[in-house]
Amino acid sequence: MNYNWDWNVFFKSTGIGTEIYLDWFISGLGWTIAVALAGWIIALILGSVLGVMRTLPNKTASGIATAYVELFRNVPLLVQLFVWYFLVPDLLPERAQIWFKQDLSPATSAYLSVVVCLGLFTAARVCEQVRTGVQALPKGQNYAAMAMGFQQAQIYRYVLLPQAFRIIIPPLTSEFLNIFKNSSVASLIGLMELLAQTKQTAEFSANLFEAFTLATVIYFVLNMSLMKFMGWVETRLRVPGMMGGAK
Amino acid sequence: MSAMITLKNVSKWYGDFQVLTDCSTAVEKGEVVVVCGPSGSGKSTLIKTVNALEPFQKGEIIVDGLSVGDPKTDLPKLRARIGMVFQNFELFPHLSITDNLTIAQEKVLGRSKDEARQKGLHYLDRVGLKAHAAKFPGQLSGGQQQRVAIARALSMDPIAMLFDEPTSALDPEMVNEVLDVMVELAHEGMTMMCVTHEMGFARKVANRVIFMDKGAIVEDCAKEEFFGDIKARSERAQHFLSKILQH
Repeated sequence: MNYNWDWNVFFKSTGIGTEIYLDWFISGLGWTIAVALAGWIIALILGSVLGVMRTLPNKTASGIATAYVELFRNVPLLVQLFVWYFLVPDLLPERAQIWFKQDLSPATSAYLSVVVCLGLFTAARVCEQVRTGVQALPKGQNYAAMAMGFQQAQIYRYVLLPQAFRIIIPPLTSEFLNIFKNSSVASLIGLMELLAQTKQTAEFSANLFEAFTLATVIYFVLNMSLMKFMGWVETRLRVPGMMGGAK
Repeated sequence: MSAMITLKNVSKWYGDFQVLTDCSTAVEKGEVVVVCGPSGSGKSTLIKTVNALEPFQKGEIIVDGLSVGDPKTDLPKLRARIGMVFQNFELFPHLSITDNLTIAQEKVLGRSKDEARQKGLHYLDRVGLKAHAAKFPGQLSGGQQQRVAIARALSMDPIAMLFDEPTSALDPEMVNEVLDVMVELAHEGMTMMCVTHEMGFARKVANRVIFMDKGAIVEDCAKEEFFGDIKARSERAQHFLSKILQH
């Protein structure tokens, strides 16, 4: 391949104000993190509630959670994003429509759509992890907690969930990384996150290879750091003598 | 005076399969009743119906004047007054020994942290494990864990104690340390219902022995009668006794 790499491109002016191309990447990374973290908070809370519902003896509760999982797991993420961004706003009451389409900046309305989309999509996956975690516990733990007089909510709060979450930290880590990677779909509704900024840099500067190489490196370093962070969390929460924790 | 625990014609089915058939017996205050029988005879299921860990479809169970099967009965409140010890200990592995002893006292009985701690450590001392208060369950031997489980149940000031094969999962050398604690409890006048194959324990402290087979109570008589005149026992009980008393 005969290509003249030019790594200085990132320090060149974009032609817009005083910005250099690196500023675009930094701003894009900021949006990527903002999207993923907000989506993750929704996913973790909603997913935990749904996961608990799936393990309840109550048929209605577990039925609702199961239906949710099937719906959100079996429709492609991109389709879900277009539904949230293009269709759902039209179904809102008129005042909310005006607020969403006119009062909010285009970036904010795209941000809200993608956060809701990723949050609800990932919640279905977190739900399944939480359910497996709870079901992996010996039945006797539930019996013991019941026998001591705990109410059902207390059994989850004090006995089942603290153990279940410790078990599922590794698969939850995967979902946590996935939400950062999946956040790149936001580029398709015009949110200027990392991938959108990369494409824009490539088009403006014609340095396609440099732009995508930098994006790859940023995604890689970001996800490696998140993985290290989750590994640290896992070690912090490890209990002596439990699940391979040192005695 | 009515008995502490009364079972009247208790029957239970799993689908079409009947696991308990017309079981009737009573445990008086201060009485120690041993329940034995071959595996699959329904002993564990029967003892779990007493504090409603397992539902039953027919008959009636009265504990301290309250009907267990009555939907109006506050089951968590009733369970909190009955101590239960399980075959697999079922300490909460993510909590320290101290927290295992205090969590239900605080969250169920509403005792203060100090009071719960004092009471828990008092019973931990009584089972000879005060030095292990700061450890986690996974760091203790099976026998030690079971003694902690007994201390945990006693910390709730129970009106009666249920033991579901408390020594079956233990190495032989650890059986005695658990039985010693149970014998001591019996001598102090605790009302106890024990599913166990430890006939030495039964001979030493039981008032009555119940023998179950195929979900039904076959024998229910005073200890002296049960062990004294084996020839007068049912054929099934004789067969069972000949097997376990051989050595």
